[in-house]
Amino acid sequence: MTDYKMHILVCGGTGCRASQSEKIVDAFKSELETRALDDEVKVIATGCFGFCEKGPIVKIIPDNTFYVQVGVVDVKDIVEEHVIKGRPLKRLLYHDPATKSQVTDTAHIDFYKKQVRIALRNCGFINPENIDEYIARDGYAALGKALSEMTPADATQLVKDSGLRGRGGGGFPTGLKWEITAKEKSDQKYVVCNADEGDPGAFMDRSILEGDPHSVIEAMAICGYCIGASKGLVYIRAEYPLAINRLKIALEQAREYGLLGDDILGSGFNFDIDIRYGAGAFVCGEETALIHSMEGHRGEPTFKPPFPSVSGYLGKPTNVNNVETFANVPVIFNKGVEWFSSIGSEKSKGTKVFALAGKVNNVGLIEVPMGITLREVIFDIGGGIRGGKKFKAVQTGGPSGGCLTEQHLDTPIDYDNLIAAGSMMGSGGMIVMDEDDCMVSIAKFYLEFTLEESCGKCTPCRIGNKRLHEILDKITKGKGTLEDIERLRVLGNVIKDTSLCGLGQTSPNPILSTLDNFYDEYLAHVNDKKCPAGQCKDLVRYEIDPDACTGCTLCFRNCPVGAISGEKKMPHYIDQTLCIKCGVCYEKCRFKAISIV
Amino acid sequence: MKIKTLADLKKVKADVQKKIKLREQSENAGNVVQVKVAMATCGIASGAKETMSFIIDELDFRGIDAVITQTGCMGYCYAEPTIEVTLPGKEPVVYGYVDKDKARQIIDEYIVKGELVDGIIPVNYKTIDE
Repeated sequence: MTDYKMHILVCGGTGCRASQSEKIVDAFKSELETRALDDEVKVIATGCFGFCEKGPIVKIIPDNTFYVQVGVVDVKDIVEEHVIKGRPLKRLLYHDPATKSQVTDTAHIDFYKKQVRIALRNCGFINPENIDEYIARDGYAALGKALSEMTPADATQLVKDSGLRGRGGGGFPTGLKWEITAKEKSDQKYVVCNADEGDPGAFMDRSILEGDPHSVIEAMAICGYCIGASKGLVYIRAEYPLAINRLKIALEQAREYGLLGDDILGSGFNFDIDIRYGAGAFVCGEETALIHSMEGHRGEPTFKPPFPSVSGYLGKPTNVNNVETFANVPVIFNKGVEWFSSIGSEKSKGTKVFALAGKVNNVGLIEVPMGITLREVIFDIGGGIRGGKKFKAVQTGGPSGGCLTEQHLDTPIDYDNLIAAGSMMGSGGMIVMDEDDCMVSIAKFYLEFTLEESCGKCTPCRIGNKRLHEILDKITKGKGTLEDIERLRVLGNVIKDTSLCGLGQTSPNPILSTLDNFYDEYLAHVNDKKCPAGQCKDLVRYEIDPDACTGCTLCFRNCPVGAISGEKKMPHYIDQTLCIKCGVCYEKCRFKAISIV
Repeated sequence: MKIKTLADLKKVKADVQKKIKLREQSENAGNVVQVKVAMATCGIASGAKETMSFIIDELDFRGIDAVITQTGCMGYCYAEPTIEVTLPGKEPVVYGYVDKDKARQIIDEYIVKGELVDGIIPVNYKTIDE
């Protein structure tokens, strides 16, 4: 084997691939070939580095130099400067926004400082399409250990002792779930991996499958051994083509090595995994709906009990866990229960991956120890609010969760604290909002999502959410009354209490939590017919201040409906009957002459 | 190829470990020996490339965990090839005129035993990081 002196890691996650990272890989390869360096320098496409804000990412090993926003055109310069002459290419280094200095390696980038990577341990480190690299990182050692040294009951106990809880949202203890399924007697049992990630703005599970598919495969096999199942199924949405592709390659390689199939590692244990595609319905993230969808039926939830652990896929005992939960399992076997439970908070052990999105400076994928505060996540890792604006709220848990405000910033993040604060962990979407976001509109946005995703089985969810949406619409149009606000609360609670599955039971959460935390904003819409954030079109008016207007005509030229008139170098005027309130003039004006009233 | 037993798996791991060793070591660079080889025009012309290959092979052969990187001109063009060796927890030391023999001596005495070797270039500047 050739001994490479340098590795060039190029991010091959979906975000960076959208910015041509595949072409960057090719460009590096051909550039190195022309310079006859291809036997000294190896180019590797990896999984997501997490710092999507600054993608495409290129990391040079062993120097640990971290290049951001690399383009195909930069490849030649990197090879000439860094690879050949050995000096970092300054213009592509990360600039610390606070100190204005250049940072060469990840250890000194704030985004990475507070992160602890367990589930993402191999993302951005190994080539996900090469099983050897996974094995070199202790891959399949956990499976080997479980099969050769432990009984299924011992292995289950280990997962139980670790305190690992389901990362899909509910936070049910994983080991306990395995134990319950293991106790059932049946000729056939199933292990299901839930990769139906549906929250808006969430991409944790996708990134794990794209960056480290073998960790999920290995954990599913361990789970199979523990509960006595020989068959595994991954339920993944068809809109994740890259994740599916990498998973298929990984399954193929695992079978070739005999790490899936019959008599794994000479233990007599048989296990194999199939893929089932979902069409991307949010409700199919619910266990029973997911199982029905896999069976070829409509993706509708059914009443529990019977729980899937008793009667799941094809009526057989089935254990369903989420991708991130599985990704944690092999590490627990390798490093031990004590190590794992030393990380995190009292009742929530380990780490959680979040997809940080919205109005923060550093959008991306992060993994933090449980118990970290929202402030640390948003301001230290996320780099604060974009454009120096004021923080208003953060939405966790997707459409099922709630909005947390400034008063919650110092709450340690774990399953129980988030629920106590009126939100939930969810699968890990975290959307940050600033002063320009109208909370009534945000609640309406999430409701639109659940409205569309409701399967229609239960009346409260199907019709109740529709009514909630109508009331919200009325309020954002300035036609709401105080009774409407009360009605939102009452109806919301009825829907919560009377829906069958998690979707309906949580769908009013965005409304209820914004009512609790931003009641004044609702009142402003209803009483004063005003939208404090200036987002509700029916309640705002754009006006030009004649004293500040210089008559530059920029607004006049950009108005799409010709609502602005005025002579050059004279104050302009907006015709309110024509204005569609698109806000273009407001954004374009360089003299702050246009205000929202 | 089939991996039939746990022993097989361990063997495969030992074989493939090399593939990612470079990456694993650079993650904890502070805990292993770091060698920087000056590879500017002057360095390369004086044989820095051969020196670097030799150091990589030799340390690998002896099983010493190390991160070996190339760097730009350190400014001691009169003494090329130059290398900077940092042992864990110690200040970096710069050696000049490092050909293969000198490199072997540095590995034998400084890296393995921690005893300074002749040919040290005193560092006469500070970098802006400090």
